[in-house]
Amino acid sequence: MKRLPITVVLAILGFAGLVWADSTLSLTGAGATFPYPIYSKWFDEYHKKDANIQINYQSIGSGGGIKQITEGTVDFGASDGPMTDAQLKAYQDKHGFPILHFPTVLGADVPTYNIPGVSAELNFTPQALAGIFLGKVTKWNDPLITGPNKGVNLPANDILVVHRSEGSGTTYIWTDYLSKVSEEWKTRVGKGTAVNWPVGLGGQGNEGVAGLVKQTPNSIGYVELIYAIQNKMLYGRVQNSSGAFIKADLASVTAAAASAAENMPADFRVSITNAPGKTAYPISSFTWLLIPSKIPDASKRDAIKGFVSWMLGQGQNYTEALSYARLPKEVVAKEKKALTEVQ
Amino acid sequence: MSLGLGWRKFVSGFMLTMTGICAVVAVSALFLILGYLVFHGGASVNWNFFTKLPVPVGETGGGMANAIVGSGKLLLLATLIGVPIGFLGAIYLAEFSGTTTAFIVRYAADLLNGVPSIVIGIFAYSLVVLPFKHFSTLAGGCALGVMMIPITLRSTEEFLRSVPNALREGAMALGASKWKAIATVIVPCAYRGILTAILLAFARVAGETAPLLFTALGNSFWSPGWNQPTASLPVVIYNYAISPYEDWHRQAWAAGLVLLSLILVINIVARGVLARGTPLSRS
Amino acid sequence: MAATTTTVPGTGPVAGSRSWLSGLREGDEIVRLITFLFAAFVVFLTVLLVFELWQGSVLPRHKFGFNFLRTSVWDPVNEQFGALPFIYGTVVTAAVALLIAVPLGLGAAIFLAELAPVRLSDNLEFFIDLLAAVPSVIYGLLGIFIVIPLMRQYIQPALKSTLGFLPFFQGPAYGLGFLTAGVVLAIMLLPYIISVSREVLLSVPRDQREAALALGATRWEATWKVVVPFARSGILGSIFLALARALGETMAVTMVIGNTPVISASLFSPGDSIASVIASQFKEATGDLYLQSLIELGLVLFLLTFILNGLARLLILATSERGGGMAHL
Repeated sequence: MKRLPITVVLAILGFAGLVWADSTLSLTGAGATFPYPIYSKWFDEYHKKDANIQINYQSIGSGGGIKQITEGTVDFGASDGPMTDAQLKAYQDKHGFPILHFPTVLGADVPTYNIPGVSAELNFTPQALAGIFLGKVTKWNDPLITGPNKGVNLPANDILVVHRSEGSGTTYIWTDYLSKVSEEWKTRVGKGTAVNWPVGLGGQGNEGVAGLVKQTPNSIGYVELIYAIQNKMLYGRVQNSSGAFIKADLASVTAAAASAAENMPADFRVSITNAPGKTAYPISSFTWLLIPSKIPDASKRDAIKGFVSWMLGQGQNYTEALSYARLPKEVVAKEKKALTEVQ
Repeated sequence: MSLGLGWRKFVSGFMLTMTGICAVVAVSALFLILGYLVFHGGASVNWNFFTKLPVPVGETGGGMANAIVGSGKLLLLATLIGVPIGFLGAIYLAEFSGTTTAFIVRYAADLLNGVPSIVIGIFAYSLVVLPFKHFSTLAGGCALGVMMIPITLRSTEEFLRSVPNALREGAMALGASKWKAIATVIVPCAYRGILTAILLAFARVAGETAPLLFTALGNSFWSPGWNQPTASLPVVIYNYAISPYEDWHRQAWAAGLVLLSLILVINIVARGVLARGTPLSRS
Repeated sequence: MAATTTTVPGTGPVAGSRSWLSGLREGDEIVRLITFLFAAFVVFLTVLLVFELWQGSVLPRHKFGFNFLRTSVWDPVNEQFGALPFIYGTVVTAAVALLIAVPLGLGAAIFLAELAPVRLSDNLEFFIDLLAAVPSVIYGLLGIFIVIPLMRQYIQPALKSTLGFLPFFQGPAYGLGFLTAGVVLAIMLLPYIISVSREVLLSVPRDQREAALALGATRWEATWKVVVPFARSGILGSIFLALARALGETMAVTMVIGNTPVISASLFSPGDSIASVIASQFKEATGDLYLQSLIELGLVLFLLTFILNGLARLLILATSERGGGMAHL
């Protein structure tokens, strides 16, 4: 009766020692799913560069990133939509110091569709997109859609809308855009990582939406650019604020960031949907890391700062292979300055 | 009953055949499922699976070594929490308690046993994750441990009760104090049953996913110590299965097979332990 | 490993421990106290859990009251939360699952208990018991990669072309949705229903059967009119247990239901259940009201399963004199 508990304790200590012996510094981050491919690449590369630091990133969604960093259960958060003023205040009230936003890469939402017999890249006006997602434009041959698509034979079929079922930054970017271009959307639905959709059905994750659109005739949905490319899906051009129909790609997303780059606010919370610029793709966005401005643990602080400055420099070289647009130079310079505020 | 005997015999034969068909359909559906898992998983299990860490999203290769160790740590912790509480609680129920207390404890345990596992996850999140400010092995282990308590408690009690009273009385008659009778006669007598109960409880929580989602979270690296998020097999299966990447689907199958094999082996061992034991009640 | 070592104390040499306890004449009282504390801890834990759920859902309970259960808008932006679509989804998927699993499981149980040779029956029972141990995430995995494609390509189109006039089988066939979740749940519940029903049927005294047969009943009549009614409440109990499991099931449902808070008569429609909405939104629910609404959903689920489990136990107790025998289920 005496010996056995001791054996158990020894076994546990041995086991614990096995896992404890590792002296690596472990950081945990959580949030946005849209930059997950590039983040996991970065954290892996960074761990290879500095074996003593491992950064564990869990893609639980942008809402999750904001919530968990506010609760203090993770070392940093990540989000595709900047935190709202109320959320910033909640953070400040809870912790006594502000949280900082650091843009990492740029991405775009694209309208992807599946209409039997149509293989053309459709042109969408903001009014058409808002109408479709409000449930007011219900047929593919509605004049709002056929207008800018002369020569494409669109059927008289019902449109089936597909959206994200869970809270997501992709949704935030999409609804942020629709709120800017449609007054009715703004008042009826609004913007957020999860909204109360007027029509449609939900798919889980970018992949779920892509899957549903692919399998369902006459459907339209929105996905992050890389998913449309990976799944070889048709996606439309969208009319930007200068009236041009623009296809989402690295160049047009970078162009959208250009205007924001010049007058980037100090806190980096900027929306670049419907950005000015002739070649700018209108449904583009930064994605952010959320980092507390005070990190009491010096080794953690150094590790996070070390990673961010690596990410702003060398890390940017990994972006294009994964279809993300790199940060404009001006933004990088500003971020480097802001990084010194983390203490 | 105006129908002829022939008709009644026909109905009898027909219905009995139908039940046979039900059995065949049910059993073969279940067989097919296992077969598919073994087939798919078997093709995907390789040495890397057990020794490598996951690679970045979308890249091919890597393994789940960290999730296997993570699951091991979580289950160890769960056992350390669930078994002593369940076991000692059961001794109280079977040997010491009065009817009212026993009723209350049993009722509470049954209640706890019926709580959906996702709700246990919420419970552990607010009790462990929030105060400690960390998703951690500890939180996940606590969640699983809480699930183990009622299972261990109720079945251990059952096996203790099945020990004939004559043995208790015999031990006491020889002058043993009650606790000595328990430690030397009653528990040893029921020990196969108790071991089975614990193994089955262990197997039951080994596959639990929902309580780990927001307690252990996940980790793409090794999880040092007990206060860091950790990967675990069931959560990795879930994440990989809903991901868009072929190679992750493959690994999800492999992980499914490994997890299932572990659970089935424990189950078979547990039943074997019981079968070799003294004829203890039913089951 | 740990499991073995922790149980062994009883069998281990007690001689060693006698030395440190022999000084205590009231050893019994100490052991009694210690074990009591552990037993009490179980009660404490349960109360704490209920308390946490109750306490954690103060905001929505005050703000929405019973409307929480009656309204169907789930709008995190405007902070309107109604649980009806989730309750609906939970009930519908569980109902579909039972509609499939009960006849099939009961038929199989009757076959195993009444007709099959004892050896075959016992071997199959062993296999079925093992299946009851398969974790739900694995059923979810099979659901995603086998059931969904099958549903989309064959079963749903077939249902649509034959029974499409019914409101249940209309709309586009996505593969995922209420029906798929119900089917996956049914597969999960089968082992439970078969296993418990078989046991209850076997516990019906032999002379009941023999008396019926002696009176000239056919084998089916003896089974259906005598044995099954005799075991009725036990079988009902097994169904209730299965139902409680179906309601609380998280992973397998989350992976195939489509996660959309929709109330639709069509079983092809994607939906959501209480457990799966908690699983997919709890981590990212920003804002207290949102989070607490999810916790209140947890509370609702807890109460539902609590009531069903209670009913199930009562029913099983009613058939088997030794009620404890079933308790581990």
